[in-house]
Amino acid sequence: MSSKVFQFKTLDIVQIALFAAIMAAMGLIPKIDITANLPITAQSMGVMLAGIIIGKRNGFFAIMVFTLLVLAGLPLLAGGRGGLGMLGTGTAGFIIGYPIATFACGWIFETLNKLALPVATFLASVLGGILCLYAIGVPGLALNTSLSLADATVTMLPFIPGDLIKAVLTTLIVISIARGLPEQFAHRR
Amino acid sequence: MISMYLEQRTWLHSIKASHKLAALAVITLVMMPLANLPVWALALLSTLALYATLGRHAWQQLKSYRPMLWMFGLLFMLQWWLASWQLGLLVILRMSTLILLANAVTITSTLDDITDVFLWLMKPLQKLGIATENIAFAMSLSIRFIPILIAILDALLDAWRLRGGGKHFWRVIAPLVIQSLIFSQHVADAINARGGIPDNK
Repeated sequence: MSSKVFQFKTLDIVQIALFAAIMAAMGLIPKIDITANLPITAQSMGVMLAGIIIGKRNGFFAIMVFTLLVLAGLPLLAGGRGGLGMLGTGTAGFIIGYPIATFACGWIFETLNKLALPVATFLASVLGGILCLYAIGVPGLALNTSLSLADATVTMLPFIPGDLIKAVLTTLIVISIARGLPEQFAHRR
Repeated sequence: MISMYLEQRTWLHSIKASHKLAALAVITLVMMPLANLPVWALALLSTLALYATLGRHAWQQLKSYRPMLWMFGLLFMLQWWLASWQLGLLVILRMSTLILLANAVTITSTLDDITDVFLWLMKPLQKLGIATENIAFAMSLSIRFIPILIAILDALLDAWRLRGGGKHFWRVIAPLVIQSLIFSQHVADAINARGGIPDNK
């Protein structure tokens, strides 16, 4: 019955657990001030990184493990938030969208394996980590706050520049990782 | 490991986590479509009364929601401007009631109990060939990894500050990921040397 897609080796399970933990640790990185009044939290870069570095399937399960731990009561979201109460907030859709956006990032990155690593990383981060995440997060915001879809979208617009910076930073980080640990991306080209 | 769980036992602790979650789901589904201000005002008051029966520690835990008041204020102004103040008030009453009710379940159920309910809910996924026991194993492994990763991150941040690294903290993420990936190979070898993951070839 079990298809090959869902067979996990020990290393898969360990990497899933480890990336969930990396996501948690990234919630503790101090806010980064790239420009004067645009502080960004590192945590949502974890979504882009997980999909790109450990692949769509393992990345999806890693961020799902993180989400389940948050909902079960570990205060792991940036700012020390967590618990089932998060499902009642405006960010509920984004939290649920995290694993799906991770899958999208990984899938787009793998599809673009003909492109150079930085280009593929940037495109996967923007399409998966921003576009796909917002496609789930904005309806969630609209549902929980009774804003119309259009108003909810406008409310989220100020966050787009910060997210684009995150896509750039993710690209720079992936370039350094590829330099430090070339075998991780050996399957490309 | 820091969790939101309240150590001091209350009457809500002795109710099974699955029952509390079921009650929460039913209340949410029934109440969500109601657009009646007095009903929601009553609901918020009842929720606060519930916290009053849980004792001092539960009240103190509510303080952690203080930053959310800003967001509520902003949301109220936005709804007032876009629709009406009634809708703004309704949304805030609804969100605070549901968030606080869910929080009451979180602080009175252990992480293990809630995780068990999640895994029970995921059982249908086994039919699709997803090994949910592997997800459970990854969750416990992850709880063990979090302090280790935080220690690695702290060491990297210290080194970064010591060298006058400045504000670009994101620079520590690449070494954090590289160290973790190397570490993951060691952990996988160690698990395999001890006979592998339970119920897994």
